[in-house]
Amino acid sequence: MTRSLKNSSSRPYRAESGNESSDTFSAGPTSARGLSRRGLLSLAGAGVAGIGLGVAGERAAMASSSASGSASASAVYPFYGSHQTGIVTPAQDRLHFAAFDVSAGTTRAELIELLQDWTIAAASMSAGRDVGEYGAVSGPYDAPPEDSGEAQGLPTAGLTITFGFGPTLFETADGVDRFGIISRRPAGLTPLPHFPGDDLDEGRSDGDLCIQACSNDPQVAVHAIRNLSRIAFGRAGLRWSQLGFGRTSSTSTTQDTPRNLFGFKDGTSNIKAEEPEVVTDQVWVSVSDGPAWLAGGSYLVARRIRMTIETWDRSFLSEQEAVFGRTKGSGAPLSGGTEFTEPDFVLAGREDQPLISAAAHVRLAHSTQNKGIKILRRGYNFVDGNDELGRLEAGLFFISFQRSPAQFTAVQLNLAKHDALNEYIRHVGSALFAVPGGIPDGSFVGAALFA
Amino acid sequence: MPHVLHSVRLLGVGVLGVTLLSGCVANNPAASHTALTVDSSATNCAVSANEAPAGSIRFSVTNSGDQVTEFYLLADDGRRIVGEAENIGPGLSRDLVVQLDAGRYFTACKPGMAGDGVGKAEFTATKTDAAATVDVERAAQIDSANSDYAVYVSDQIDQLVTGTDSFAAAYMNGDDDTARSLYAKTRVHWERVETIAESFGDLDPKLDLREADLEEGQDWTGWHAIEKDLWPAEAEAGFEAYSADKRRALTEQLVADTQTLHTKVQGLSFTLSQQTNGAIGLLDEVATGKVTGEEETWSHTDLWDFQANVDGARVLYDGVRRLLLQTDPDLAASLDTEFASLQTLLDAQRVGDGFKLYTDLTPAEIRALADQVNALGEPLNQLTAALVL
Repeated sequence: MTRSLKNSSSRPYRAESGNESSDTFSAGPTSARGLSRRGLLSLAGAGVAGIGLGVAGERAAMASSSASGSASASAVYPFYGSHQTGIVTPAQDRLHFAAFDVSAGTTRAELIELLQDWTIAAASMSAGRDVGEYGAVSGPYDAPPEDSGEAQGLPTAGLTITFGFGPTLFETADGVDRFGIISRRPAGLTPLPHFPGDDLDEGRSDGDLCIQACSNDPQVAVHAIRNLSRIAFGRAGLRWSQLGFGRTSSTSTTQDTPRNLFGFKDGTSNIKAEEPEVVTDQVWVSVSDGPAWLAGGSYLVARRIRMTIETWDRSFLSEQEAVFGRTKGSGAPLSGGTEFTEPDFVLAGREDQPLISAAAHVRLAHSTQNKGIKILRRGYNFVDGNDELGRLEAGLFFISFQRSPAQFTAVQLNLAKHDALNEYIRHVGSALFAVPGGIPDGSFVGAALFA
Repeated sequence: MPHVLHSVRLLGVGVLGVTLLSGCVANNPAASHTALTVDSSATNCAVSANEAPAGSIRFSVTNSGDQVTEFYLLADDGRRIVGEAENIGPGLSRDLVVQLDAGRYFTACKPGMAGDGVGKAEFTATKTDAAATVDVERAAQIDSANSDYAVYVSDQIDQLVTGTDSFAAAYMNGDDDTARSLYAKTRVHWERVETIAESFGDLDPKLDLREADLEEGQDWTGWHAIEKDLWPAEAEAGFEAYSADKRRALTEQLVADTQTLHTKVQGLSFTLSQQTNGAIGLLDEVATGKVTGEEETWSHTDLWDFQANVDGARVLYDGVRRLLLQTDPDLAASLDTEFASLQTLLDAQRVGDGFKLYTDLTPAEIRALADQVNALGEPLNQLTAALVL
């Protein structure tokens, strides 16, 4: 409210005739709190009674007539459905990931209201529309626009928005059950164990809630997180967030395998959407797994993995290929063949040593070396400028989806102990979230949890 | 810190090609080399040409058979290996880059990696103005570098054993001031030959594991476990000083493990690639652990380790420098310059017979050290390719 007063006073013409603004101000803190609870959408429409969480702005329509005719730009994934999008959806090229903490004093009812507001806004943006009834530019002239507006004219470029709940939503570190949901906490939703070599920054780890926004257009992904965090003001605040600029996994057989910042193809043997039995077996939480509210959902693990790029770049090609166990060019396993040839972990070369060494990343991460465990990887490259030593602040923002956190823990323990790649990487951020199942039209994310 | 890779480098991967390439990043695509292809099938070893001008030659070997194969370039006696590409899986391609003097050679492939090989054929490097001459004393110089380094390693470990005994006695007797004063001074003998010590996979984690590298439930032993007890001021809240029993157990383990290390390094000998890769590995240690202040979390004596790693790399470089002057004097000049610049920066931080604590360095001083580690690292990592036969 302080801000509105300042704005008014710095604009004499408006102040002169600005009854709304003085009304709003004099309404006092209770009213301000009320506005906040209703979310940004009603805030934007101050002075106009009875505004619901409508939608406006036909960005999708504008987009479809825009010059961009490519599939990646025109793709639209419906937000509502049997599973949340952004999991088996073909991995988009760009990411904005955000973790939130629920604000002190927020009640259960207010949290539910936030999830409802988020759901409506996410569905709207996923469909290519602005946030709010009036959107970016059509609302009351003396009110802030409901939508921040930087996505105007852009196609959704396959935008997906995926929500998750962290362990601390159910029970804080001090053991407080803020929202009366501790009895519904999934047994597996406990903080991940410490892995050897972990060097975690609390400020880049954990969180009560998370939102993963993916799109083939970075501005569309950023627009989503920006507007969803604005909607949350007063109820939840950003704890940490991460931009990713190049997908490092393919989640569909229609996609080429991309490269990580080490220059290697990554995720060749990832779970693909076209393998429904594997997805059912390894990614989705089943009814029998429990709890019931999480059925059809998944667990999301995020790890910020810093790469020591400079040291890697001056390592020998022979060493780089030995570390991964694949060729750097085609991505074929060192045991021979082409990219999609199954690695032969037994085939030996000189001195009877296996061509894919015992410490090679492809061996240690492979499902055959992990009791059949697979995880659906959906990570992104990042470069966040440079550190104080002049080294690129770069790496892999690893995201995986799995039916149980134990899948990730088993594979990561194997990697943390033995992977030759550890020489060149360090895990500096970590988070785990339960991702509820799909949201039926008219409902909201997590409705079953709070039912 | 345990680093799997160094042991791989040191003990496993011998890059055996004669790759006498110049010591700068290859950013000049116009530089002339002859590109040839080799098709290694079950029965043949077809090279795209049977002669090429002396100088840089790149053989791109494709394995079209269904067994693991190797490609050999042999000297004119048909036996001595001049260069090879090994462990090429079926369907894969690998490049062998060599610098050949004018003369007669043989090419051959060995599908299945056993027997006499297939497709042995003559190959001629034709004379050019630029062709280098062969130094007949080279083999003797390599032998001498190898044995000198073995003596250095042995000497450092001897001093490590002596120093560890004194340190252990002080710590066990509760003379913490003396133990603190001996900590960094003793560890330098470890850090100078760190890549050798690390090559004994089980000993390194017992002796040098940092707390962050522990796995849940794993026992923590070695230097850093004691370091934390000696410098408890920066330990986490609630950290309790070790009991006398724990001190005794840690001390006895440290002394015993160091003695085991001493036994293991007796009679070691080192190939040329193990030496050049050792120098590279030591500087990598500086880049990843020391210049960031992560090695000595509580004592902050990282610059002692930094200097010791550089000492060890410098000894390795000095051992092969005469060889390098014959094959790539430009690279030698570059390494001389960069080593000297790094030493100047380190010398500026000396205090008495030691160094400033890492936490007393300014951000600008740390940045200058980090930049110089990169400046030295780039040419240093060319050393193996420039030297190894």
